[in-house]
Amino acid sequence: MERRRFLKKSLTLLAEAGVLGGIATAAKTARAEPKGYDPSKHRYGMGIQIDKCIGCGKCVEACKEENNVPRDVAHFRTWVERYVIEQDGGVVVERVDPGSSGSHEPIPNENTVRTFFVPKLCNQCDNPPCVQVCPVGATFKTEDGVILVDADRCIGCRYCIQACPYGARYLNPLTDTADKCTFCYHRITKGLLPACVEVCPTQARIFGDIDSPASPLARFRRMNKLHVLKPSLNTEPKVQYADLDGEVR
Amino acid sequence: MTGFFKRLPEAVVRVGIVFLLFITTVSFARWMIPASLKNGREHRTATVKRETAKAIHYAGADACTECHKEINAVKTEGYHRNLSCETCHGAAKNHAEDPDVKAVTDKVREACTRCHMYDPSRPTGFPQINPVVHNPRKQCVECHKPHSPKPPHVPQECQACHGQIARTKEVSPHVDLPCTTCHTVDVQHKVSPREVRAQIPSDRSFCAKCHSIDSPVKETQKVDIKTHGEKYLCWQCHYPHEPELHSYGTKTLP
Repeated sequence: MERRRFLKKSLTLLAEAGVLGGIATAAKTARAEPKGYDPSKHRYGMGIQIDKCIGCGKCVEACKEENNVPRDVAHFRTWVERYVIEQDGGVVVERVDPGSSGSHEPIPNENTVRTFFVPKLCNQCDNPPCVQVCPVGATFKTEDGVILVDADRCIGCRYCIQACPYGARYLNPLTDTADKCTFCYHRITKGLLPACVEVCPTQARIFGDIDSPASPLARFRRMNKLHVLKPSLNTEPKVQYADLDGEVR
Repeated sequence: MTGFFKRLPEAVVRVGIVFLLFITTVSFARWMIPASLKNGREHRTATVKRETAKAIHYAGADACTECHKEINAVKTEGYHRNLSCETCHGAAKNHAEDPDVKAVTDKVREACTRCHMYDPSRPTGFPQINPVVHNPRKQCVECHKPHSPKPPHVPQECQACHGQIARTKEVSPHVDLPCTTCHTVDVQHKVSPREVRAQIPSDRSFCAKCHSIDSPVKETQKVDIKTHGEKYLCWQCHYPHEPELHSYGTKTLP
């Protein structure tokens, strides 16, 4: 009698535990991704039209606001550079500081041939050097092609910051971990545009699915002659430029 | 209790200690270390989850038009049709969720000159002004409606169609020259612009009228028209609506 009762009790317990565990796992998988979002159906990219950029720095500001990037000038996920090409072949590049826009005036002198703005950000390389060098595997490429950093795993060794040929990473002084552009991953997975694309007043930045035949990016890629930065490094960037000057590095 | 342990054979105690150590290690590895640290796939899922859960600050243009249909109707008619509301009004997710939190822009000149102040690096044809000389004591909104900005005077004559040239000329040394200084325009050009074209100067002597060293016109840059530029026409090197920036001043070039 004793033994029978014991067996019965332990069996019910086991069954209950199984059901509870099942519910817990189901809840876990359900919470993993936003409803109706399938990362395997996307491959994100950005197009940047140099001839449209007016260097207002709204993108830089919006990025800092959206992603809680430190507001000082030394930390940024995206930035805008002013290129000044000179008669003697010299190239002067300076980062436009969004706070001081309206007063920046290195007005071209007689030595200036041409001058323009170039917005830059993480190129979300298909062959990312930063991922290769991370000693703890904290940075990785998601299924939809975005390079993310796991702040919990990052040990702040700055290898990736060094390895990025585009200078797109920085060490976040608040968390002491590497940080970078995520294409506003929390926005794009909900169908919104990245903050910089949202606020760009001249549509110099185009965002969309590279493989989709109907995204604005598809039109951008069809209508323009495209370049990427530092193609010789074989990083296969997913940020492409139209009207890119040969002097831009 | 101590008696009980003392009575146990030493070997059993040792095995017990090893067993306890084993249990602690296993349970630590199993339950104390978060799953995301043990398994690559888990840690990626966790990161993706954390990234997706981050707070949104910019609501997006669609959220704005849901309520502000009238303003949007005005905006879609004007030159600012492609601007997102939050470009000027700033991040407005809070406002979208609670209309009592206002999303307003300061009606100051700096809000507009941020984009519309003349900057040599800006693309040609983008509307730009020099805030020092462009009605410095007025606010922009007194003449231009930000939701549908139009020049306060409807563009007339040439610049009604050739706005980009007009705006380019505005920041060039040729700003004071009316179009007809260089172009002869038949009245029919306004009726059928493609059939009847505006005329452009045909040779170097036209530019020489002002830019030759023996020209009586003052305050222009002078060159020796006989040797400068050899066989080429002036506008093959100099874009007349925006002559090169180094042409400011009146010194003579070789």
